[in-house]
Amino acid sequence: MSDIREALGSLAAARAALDAGSLSAADLVEAALTRAQDHAALQAVVGVRPRHARDEARASDERRAKGERRSLVDGIPMLLKDNMVVAGEATTCGSRILEGFVSPYSAGVVERLQSAGAIVLGRTNMDEFAMGSSTESSCFGAARNPWDPSRTCGGSSGGSAAAVAAGIVPAALGSDTGGSIRQPAGFCGVTGFKPTYGRVSRWGLVAYASSLDQIGPFTRSAADAAALLSVIAGHDPRDSTSLPVPVPDYAAALTGDVSGLTIGMPRECFVEEGVEPGVLESVREGVRELEAAGAKVVEVSLPHSRYAIATYYLIATAEASSNLARFDGVRYGHRAEGATDIDDLYRRSRSEGFGAEVKRRILLGTYVLSAGYYDAYYKRAQQARTLLRRDFDEAFAKCDVLVTPTSPELAFPLGEKNDDPVRMYLSDIYTVTANLVGVPGLSVPCSPAAGMPVGLQLLGRSLEESTLLRVADAFQRRTDHHEKRPPEPV
Amino acid sequence: MSPARDFEWQDRYEAVIGLEVHTHLATESKLFSPAPVRYGDAPNHAVHPIDLALPGVLPMLNDRVIDLAIRFGLAVRGEVNPRSIFARKNYFYPDLPKGYQISQFEDPVIIGGSVQIALEGSEPRTIHLTRAHLEEDAGKSIHDPALAGSDASLVDLNRAGVPLLEIVSEPEMHSSEEAGAYLRALRSILRYIGVSHGDMEKGQFRCDANVSLRRIGTQQLGTRTECKNVNSFANVEAAIDAECVRQAEVLDDGGDVVQATMAFDPATGRTRVLRLKENSDDYRYFPDPDLVPLVIAAERIEAVRRKMPELPDEKHARFQADFALSAHDAGILTGSRELGDFFEAVVVACEAMGTDAATRAKAVSNWVLRDLLRILKERDLELEDAPIEPQALASLICLVDAGRLTVKSAQQIFPDLVCEGGDPVQMMTAQGLEAVSDSGVIEDAVARVIEANPDAVASFREGDQKSINFLMGQVMKRTQGKANPGQVRELLIQKLS
Repeated sequence: MSDIREALGSLAAARAALDAGSLSAADLVEAALTRAQDHAALQAVVGVRPRHARDEARASDERRAKGERRSLVDGIPMLLKDNMVVAGEATTCGSRILEGFVSPYSAGVVERLQSAGAIVLGRTNMDEFAMGSSTESSCFGAARNPWDPSRTCGGSSGGSAAAVAAGIVPAALGSDTGGSIRQPAGFCGVTGFKPTYGRVSRWGLVAYASSLDQIGPFTRSAADAAALLSVIAGHDPRDSTSLPVPVPDYAAALTGDVSGLTIGMPRECFVEEGVEPGVLESVREGVRELEAAGAKVVEVSLPHSRYAIATYYLIATAEASSNLARFDGVRYGHRAEGATDIDDLYRRSRSEGFGAEVKRRILLGTYVLSAGYYDAYYKRAQQARTLLRRDFDEAFAKCDVLVTPTSPELAFPLGEKNDDPVRMYLSDIYTVTANLVGVPGLSVPCSPAAGMPVGLQLLGRSLEESTLLRVADAFQRRTDHHEKRPPEPV
Repeated sequence: MSPARDFEWQDRYEAVIGLEVHTHLATESKLFSPAPVRYGDAPNHAVHPIDLALPGVLPMLNDRVIDLAIRFGLAVRGEVNPRSIFARKNYFYPDLPKGYQISQFEDPVIIGGSVQIALEGSEPRTIHLTRAHLEEDAGKSIHDPALAGSDASLVDLNRAGVPLLEIVSEPEMHSSEEAGAYLRALRSILRYIGVSHGDMEKGQFRCDANVSLRRIGTQQLGTRTECKNVNSFANVEAAIDAECVRQAEVLDDGGDVVQATMAFDPATGRTRVLRLKENSDDYRYFPDPDLVPLVIAAERIEAVRRKMPELPDEKHARFQADFALSAHDAGILTGSRELGDFFEAVVVACEAMGTDAATRAKAVSNWVLRDLLRILKERDLELEDAPIEPQALASLICLVDAGRLTVKSAQQIFPDLVCEGGDPVQMMTAQGLEAVSDSGVIEDAVARVIEANPDAVASFREGDQKSINFLMGQVMKRTQGKANPGQVRELLIQKLS
């Protein structure tokens, strides 16, 4: 059993076991299904597809028996955040409003995973429509942190982070609109990567905020992230915002060498106020490690970063208010009983189907776009976004990579922020800028504080995922924080 | 109903009319999805997950639409915007699956442009366009109790996502006739350049009319109302007239026209308020983040320009120059692309058959303008639906030219040729209409006519040239119109001299 646990702990270990023939894809799938059950209390996994997963595992094993291997992830089970559609499967986005919905088509990333031979095992828990930072707004109930089940695993892709941290699967996909991959990765002590906006197709990703959403991997290590990103990245004509650029060989970037790279520390991100004790110290220690590995460290400034949270919540809610209009009870999903006319049907279906946080953001976004307020809010927010972009351009003229804490805090106790949405929003203070600017961001575990994981965030230039992966990999070659595993359930 | 009164509102007011036309673009597939654009499919069969707004779908711009928009921009001499933006127009309705329509708002694809209109008896006018923008059509809601049950509605999304060009005119028309002329000219352009089929019955060409009145001599615009979705040229004109009368009544009574959306009822010939626009609709427009700006390079515009079909006014000028037609005749012949093309095809066929070059175009235009249009009108037929081939008319003209068929006989055959199709030579033979050129038969008829009409013969000999026509008519009658009139005339003169 410990071999299996080891193999489900990382893509590298799973691949090694498959290559050595010590385990089959079928073994991995069975074990992952069992571990999902053993960890049911985490509420990380909200649905599995055992029959299809077993069939796909058998097909992979047959390929391997003939000496074929489609990719580095062939035969490895993975979980997807429950906002990426899979043909023939339910997709809920953690919302009652999508109850009963089964997608007739698969997302772009699902097609890529499946043609690479990866096995889609099931779906992970998330904040409703990816709106939240704690996976507490899910209609399935909150997902929990494997390091301490009384605490949050972060959000909105909390289920994927918890599943990889607990070793249910070696890797999972999440989506990141304002930090929804990086923040839960930080809270759960795994590697979480949001690629450049447009690097991974959004076709089949249920939209929260279209100009910010991006799919990315949760893995144990940066090397695993490189392997999985190679599979899911690339142009997709079905997504107009997908970038028509070639995908580099990410594995080749993992040289372990960071000498010659300059790492910038934005001074605005290292201010003690509002940051939980221990967090900045862990991140500074991580920076010293990179310095010791040969990187040059400089201080830089992102003067407009203080507008980032406000800008983010204006743009994201505006887009969301429009994106979520299609959930109206007419064609699919939840439809209220007893409506008297069409407006009543909309009102009842949406009132019953959406949770409080989603309603809050739809209302906010509707207000932001309203006649008379559009210029004051939406337009101003777009202008602020341009200023932020300039901040990053100037910073990246002085350094190759920015380093910040992933979050200003450690995983907080469940329920702590439920009555204070603004405090919840501030949880994203270091992560939202990458989405507003479109650059890639990655969170790696650095030294824990108070027994809980701490995330170190690296931000890179647009399309320079390779540089981020190189730095993260070099860091992980010198440290073992990413290898720490949470306790097994009793 | 108001009491009868003086409705000569034109004596006191000037109408100010602007039109918004929604025209379906002639594409195989939808604006943002690969679903086919088809009319008459079973409900919800011409749809793709994108049209149903399933979770996770994204719009994919149909590249073909861009060339059509450019073509329209060039045809009306507007500016093709090098960078236009798709925007979301947000509102809830069951036939709008996404809860928003993708349209263009601040930055449309075509800016400006103009259309020439000509009303009989007045100088041609130029009507300027404000803009034209791309947007997707909505589906259809069906509230028929027989189909849906008494308190239910059905939704058909086949039309959802069909590409539309919305063409907005400046408020520069001042009568329903001008509005009608504008619509006809616009539709003709769209059909000429292949941008739209413009079939009003299929809802491919729909019009909203903005109407206001102002006191003659004043410049300030009055409050306008909008007559929505009027579905034929005649109804647009009737709706505008009815709305002008209504507004004049309100103003005459000292009232104010209230901004409103009006519905026109063709049965009563009156307009009524559909809904007031007091609380101006808030569509919360914003740039669609799923779509990148529509960037159109100068090279692409040039490529479209090179393949641009001939425009109505260009063809009009060419017909006058090449075929020595009057402006009036050329105007009718170029009124629709089909008619102009048909005319030219007949001329080309006649040329190939070797008819007289000097009279060829005149003969063809006579047949088309005089006979063809009358028959089509009588039979309520569109030219494109009529089975007649240009080759057949050319052949008919040839037969007349060669004296094998008299004009009278040709006119006898023509209606069937238009409505049933066929070969004039066969029809002539089958109906025994071939002109009699056997001089023995004609000589015999001439002799008998001279014998039977001594008075006419006498007056001809006294110098009355007209009596020859009478005598000719008698010979034709005797030969059932099949004698070659030239031959008859020649023989008569010979015998009487």
